[in-house]
Amino acid sequence: MATPLAPGGSVSHRAVHAWLLLLPAMVLLAAFTHWPIVSTLFDSFHSTPRGGKPAVWVGLENYQVMAADPVFWQAVRNNLWFAGATIPLSVGLALVMALWVNERIAGRAFLRMAYFTPTVLPMIAVANIWLFFYTPQYGLLEQITGALGLPSHNWLGSPSTALGAVTVVAIWKEAGFFMIFYLAALQGFSPSLREAAAIEGASRWYFFRRVQWPLLMPTTLFVLVNAFINAFRTVDHLFILTRGGPNNASTLLLYHLYEVGFSFWDTAYASAITVVLVVVLVCVALTQFFLLDRRVHYK
Amino acid sequence: MNPSSATTRGVQRLAYNEPTRLDALAAWLLALLWILPLVYAFWTAFHPAEYATRFALNAPLTLDNFRRAWEAAPFARYFLNTTLLVAMILAVQLVLATLAAYAFARYRFRGRNLLFGLVLVQLMIMPDIVVVENYKSMVRLGLVDTLLAIGLPYFSSALAIFLLRQTFMGIPKELDEAARVEGASALQTLWRVYVPLARPVYTAFALVSVSYHWNNFLWPLIVTNSPHARPLTVGLQVFSSVDQGVDWSVITAATVMTSAPLLVAFLLFQRQFVQSFMRAGIK
Repeated sequence: MATPLAPGGSVSHRAVHAWLLLLPAMVLLAAFTHWPIVSTLFDSFHSTPRGGKPAVWVGLENYQVMAADPVFWQAVRNNLWFAGATIPLSVGLALVMALWVNERIAGRAFLRMAYFTPTVLPMIAVANIWLFFYTPQYGLLEQITGALGLPSHNWLGSPSTALGAVTVVAIWKEAGFFMIFYLAALQGFSPSLREAAAIEGASRWYFFRRVQWPLLMPTTLFVLVNAFINAFRTVDHLFILTRGGPNNASTLLLYHLYEVGFSFWDTAYASAITVVLVVVLVCVALTQFFLLDRRVHYK
Repeated sequence: MNPSSATTRGVQRLAYNEPTRLDALAAWLLALLWILPLVYAFWTAFHPAEYATRFALNAPLTLDNFRRAWEAAPFARYFLNTTLLVAMILAVQLVLATLAAYAFARYRFRGRNLLFGLVLVQLMIMPDIVVVENYKSMVRLGLVDTLLAIGLPYFSSALAIFLLRQTFMGIPKELDEAARVEGASALQTLWRVYVPLARPVYTAFALVSVSYHWNNFLWPLIVTNSPHARPLTVGLQVFSSVDQGVDWSVITAATVMTSAPLLVAFLLFQRQFVQSFMRAGIK
């Protein structure tokens, strides 16, 4: 059916018009988003074509390889740990930062700038800076711990601290980004809320807990979803800092996917790992769509 | 009630919930901690190597690290590649998204909702995830190691389509009708009515897209294999991971150099940046 504003032209005429407008964008989306998703699934049930041998149907073999691959499970564990640490810490820090910068605090413009700056830097550059920070012997961290009389420690080189070290970098990069969403929400609150709380003599903590925090709930959920997605696609810094090591102690799913696909060129197995990542992301999207969007809006 | 007591009450009201000195102290400590790595990078980049870890007020400043980095790797080429790449991606994204958003906002046709749903799929499954298949496509198209290959998967941006559709839907239909009465075609109306009114959204998306693609790494790393098409991020990674005894000061200089354009732009247009990221994020 045609819209009221349609200036002449039949219904089908207008539909053709719309399709022509959409065509270039949809063709590219289909070619580089939809088709890859479908063919990834297809390829994950086939063998990797090598030499002259074409891919053949192998059923669940790639998934069996995955289930038996200790590095894959290590990557899953690491990724869950990474997500479990980056999500609450970066979101929590973002909230605290926003609450501070929202008030009339001394040097507010500088604080806001300092918190947000890591967001605009390339992750590769960030990793280079932090690599020097973590370097044994002459890195800045060593100098500080050395001055305090603590023993020397290779933060990126030991399996027990490598994952923690790369997690800190991700939190540092992300917190300021999430801060701006909280800040926007806080600045949108009516000043009368605060006045009412003042008249009632509410303490600051009480005001936060009973007024600000509940009203920030939609923002919190939005930020959480983003933090979750980022936890599964932030891997650039691994290329500089640890290359997933030592002994896979800091590898993440997407990094493992890269290694399998582009270092070992086992593209069929890499497709199976891609399917896992896609399933994770689809689950996040569905949760957001069916659960959160309905519950969190007060209006 | 006399005026002075009203003022005191006003002051009290403002003072309510003011951060305490403790808050200010903690906020400043966190901020200093937050920019410490950056300050450290700048220190190292602008001082001779022997001062890389020694902090002395009288340390001489130098640009030598930048000169050596510039000579050690084809950074001029990398800068050119990244600039071309970012400009190409943004230009195509804006044109395609404008056309698509207009169709979604102002035309009614069968399958519109389904198509729009298909667009939104890209918001959760970004091209960064399906790299294996996209690499195969680039091999088939014979595009490996070209700027076009880096840009192609991003040309059609769900985010841009989404943002522009929202904006276009908010533009009064009367303006559209008025333009049509004057005899303007659909494309003329789009160009003369919709695009000018959506300018803030274009700016917001442009800043987000430029920052994203200036910083993007994984896909360019996969699809390039020579300095010919390599963008800055990949060039920097290659430069820093070569074990040829490049010293830290030079690597840090290269790092600062790579981030400088965005960093300077951010410091100059802070408000614009923050608002753009917010607008694009909140959707």
